[in-house]
Amino acid sequence: MFGWEFPPHITGGLGTACFGLTRSMAKRQVEVIFVVPKAFGDEDQSSVRIVAAEDIDVVEASKKLEEFWKNIKYLEISSNIVPYVDPEEFKKIVNANQVEILEENGNSSKKKFRFSGKYGVNLIQEVNRYAVTAASIAATENFDVIHAHDWLTYPAGIAAKIVSGKPLVVHVHATEFDRSGENINQNVYDIEKRGMEMADRVIAVSNYTRNIIITRYGIPENKVVTVHNAVDFSNHVDHEYDRGVSEKIVTFLGRVTFQKGPDYFVEAANKVLKYNHNVRFVMAGSGDMLNRMIRRVAKLGIANKFHFTGFLQGTDVNRMFMLSDVYVMPSVSEPFGISPLEAMRSNVPVIISKQSGVSEVLKYAIKVDFWDVDALADSINGLLNYSALSNFFIKHGQEEVNHLKWGNAARKIINIYNQLTN
Amino acid sequence: MKTICFYFQVHQPFRLRRYRFFDIGKHHDYFDEFANRSIMRKVAEKCYLPTNKLMLDLINEYGSRFKISYSISGTALDQFELYAPDVLDSFRKLADTGCVEFLAETYSHSLSSLKNKDEFSRQVRAQQKKIKELFNYESKTFRNTELIYSDEIGAMVADLGFKTMLTEGAKHILGWKSSNFVYANDINPKLKLLLKNFQLSDDIAFRFSNRDWSEWPLTTEKFVWWLDNIDPNEEIVNLFMDYETFGEHQWAETGIFDFMRALPDRIFSNSNFEFLTPAEAAKKHQPVALLHVPSPISWADEERDLTAWLGNELQDSAFNQLYSLADKVEQIDDPDIKRDWLYLQTSDHFYYLCTKWFSDGDVHKYFNPYDSPYEAFINYMNVLSDFSLRVKNKLMEQSLFNEKEESETTEIKKLIGAYQKKIEELQQQITSTATKTASTSPKNAVKNEAPKKDIAVPKKKETTISKKKKDTVKKVEEPKKAKASTTKAKKPVTQTATKKSPKGNTKKSK
Repeated sequence: MFGWEFPPHITGGLGTACFGLTRSMAKRQVEVIFVVPKAFGDEDQSSVRIVAAEDIDVVEASKKLEEFWKNIKYLEISSNIVPYVDPEEFKKIVNANQVEILEENGNSSKKKFRFSGKYGVNLIQEVNRYAVTAASIAATENFDVIHAHDWLTYPAGIAAKIVSGKPLVVHVHATEFDRSGENINQNVYDIEKRGMEMADRVIAVSNYTRNIIITRYGIPENKVVTVHNAVDFSNHVDHEYDRGVSEKIVTFLGRVTFQKGPDYFVEAANKVLKYNHNVRFVMAGSGDMLNRMIRRVAKLGIANKFHFTGFLQGTDVNRMFMLSDVYVMPSVSEPFGISPLEAMRSNVPVIISKQSGVSEVLKYAIKVDFWDVDALADSINGLLNYSALSNFFIKHGQEEVNHLKWGNAARKIINIYNQLTN
Repeated sequence: MKTICFYFQVHQPFRLRRYRFFDIGKHHDYFDEFANRSIMRKVAEKCYLPTNKLMLDLINEYGSRFKISYSISGTALDQFELYAPDVLDSFRKLADTGCVEFLAETYSHSLSSLKNKDEFSRQVRAQQKKIKELFNYESKTFRNTELIYSDEIGAMVADLGFKTMLTEGAKHILGWKSSNFVYANDINPKLKLLLKNFQLSDDIAFRFSNRDWSEWPLTTEKFVWWLDNIDPNEEIVNLFMDYETFGEHQWAETGIFDFMRALPDRIFSNSNFEFLTPAEAAKKHQPVALLHVPSPISWADEERDLTAWLGNELQDSAFNQLYSLADKVEQIDDPDIKRDWLYLQTSDHFYYLCTKWFSDGDVHKYFNPYDSPYEAFINYMNVLSDFSLRVKNKLMEQSLFNEKEESETTEIKKLIGAYQKKIEELQQQITSTATKTASTSPKNAVKNEAPKKDIAVPKKKETTISKKKKDTVKKVEEPKKAKASTTKAKKPVTQTATKKSPKGNTKKSK
């Protein structure tokens, strides 16, 4: 399996998903070699063997690779493709990477590459080096199926497939359209498309994403399978937090970027605040749209009831959920979206956009079109005012999320492996 | 001769428009005029008009041998008047044949029988009145919303003077008993019960076009053969179904109209059955036993219970809040509020809140204009919030008005009393002086009468003037009252203003 990150060193949902999935697969007697660009040594290796790409000797694995290498060699990085990173962090990464980067020509004699294992300015170079390393791993390790998570690892997956001849599964957790809307980065799109085309099977995290893969990437329907994500709350601990304010709290928690639809949240808040004064809104997270949101809130004159927390981590996230009365995820395009499940786990009723994969698996949630601000405002108000509704969600929601187990996902994926190997 | 008894349910709800919380207190038009009109027109063209024509043809062909019955909700009748007078005319023609029985039900196809006896009775009377107005027909048989029935509801219906009631032949109630007999209410045995034969009814209503059904296609031969093969002792087969079965649930293309057109002839020629209306059937057959139904049943879903309308938290909350207004609405005399009150009680609104998607989800979705029960709940509660505000305001208005009227009349009465006393006193004075003068010269007595009148007239004037004065005094008082109330209303505003000001200060200090 090729991934870009593995707990505890994660920046987004991808690492968590890989962890949950591999753990469940290990329980079902599937042996997983998990390749990450850089290992920190403290990864949970109880169910997978972690291999760090930087520890691998790169050999000129095969001549077959030459053509592949030609294709990806000249890709250049541009800044707007960086996923899961907010601006402040982005700068840090760039600074850190400048020290680490070793300029290399690619396929050459025996040497090791150094990887940052982060998302940053030299991402595409890292992706390419990672692919070359993958070819070496594929030549030395013994395995049956190659499984690549998201576009960063598709070139690696392809390289491994070319070297080993083993079937390739690419797992789409997000597409370029989710990250960038219609203004896609063509390089990334091309890598994604090639990965899907080269794959023997494409796994989508939702029907919503499956549909994008079929219509936007032109992948044949019968090759694309939906396997919904799940959540693992086995280590979840509930804490009680005292509220500082008497009003009800409506929360947005996530990256403040175009994809997450923060602007719709602000507009809906404005509508609700006109009629309901016993409520406060919180936008937790940061991102490239944060400043614009702050300006908008100020302009609407609701800043005394609308609060920004900045980026939240660890227990602060839990705490935010505990304080919330309604959680809103108005994503414009969300392949899956795990955060509403975390909210429900904390007994918070959720409103999610219909343009999210998670809306396919949830019954006890209000679903609205992200652009329908009136419906969003109405739903928020409904949950705040009609206690029968919020109690209904609290009563059934936790049970519902506890039933979304990785075991089901693992079973489906193992099924796909069996089809490909038999 | 055995009896076959057809009853068709005709109902359309007034569907709500998308009513947002920011409409509360501002807009009071709750209903989706466009949807209600277009759905009524669609169903009229596909079902009501062609089916009514078919039934009329059959009645004309077989004379009084072919009989049917309808239960038409008040909301459906209102919609006919608004959007489909042609349908109303076709029902009138059917009524004129004398072969059709119209059943009584609650005006708004409501669940009031489960909650409020007074409201229930009022609605039944209102629907009966409407039927009488439109079809000049006195309904004698009762059918409750969705065939909902329990011992208590039956007793309530008997109290209203009905002799016969229709309900579901629910398996869990009947046990080994058959629905093909007449039964009686457990509390008041005078009320006869006709039970739906759900097997044969649903063969037509639900399974007719289902190609996965082993008996598909359903022919009149097959159906009448089934009728002939019921237990020889059994007396009656009740075929109860939605009228929209014809042409709407089962499209014309399925052959449902042809089936119905051919059925009477097949029954007359190949079976020992006659068509009777519910009232006739109940008269002909004696009840074989009391039916014990402690908790309510209905004709819906696999469970034949109330869970399609009530039971989950959303439904119960909306239902209880709605009926918490019943007493208040009763005191109000406002046609708009009365109408909305009726239309908001329609059971369909609670059906949309149902969350049991799995077993009967398909049927539910078919009848549901909302994407989810949550959406339906928020919408309904928004409307209900506005409605209860209106009820509250209207009550306040009325009580103020009543108080005013009462105080005015008592004051006037006081005044009148006071002046009457004065008049009497004066009259006594006059008579006493008159007797004095009369004793001196009888001629003057005639003269004296005139001045008496003269005196009386100005006094009357005086009273009226003083009344006017009093009125103006009152008018002066009224604005005072009004002022007092406005100052009351203003008070919270000033409070919030003072609340706000410290915030402003803190901002400044920042």
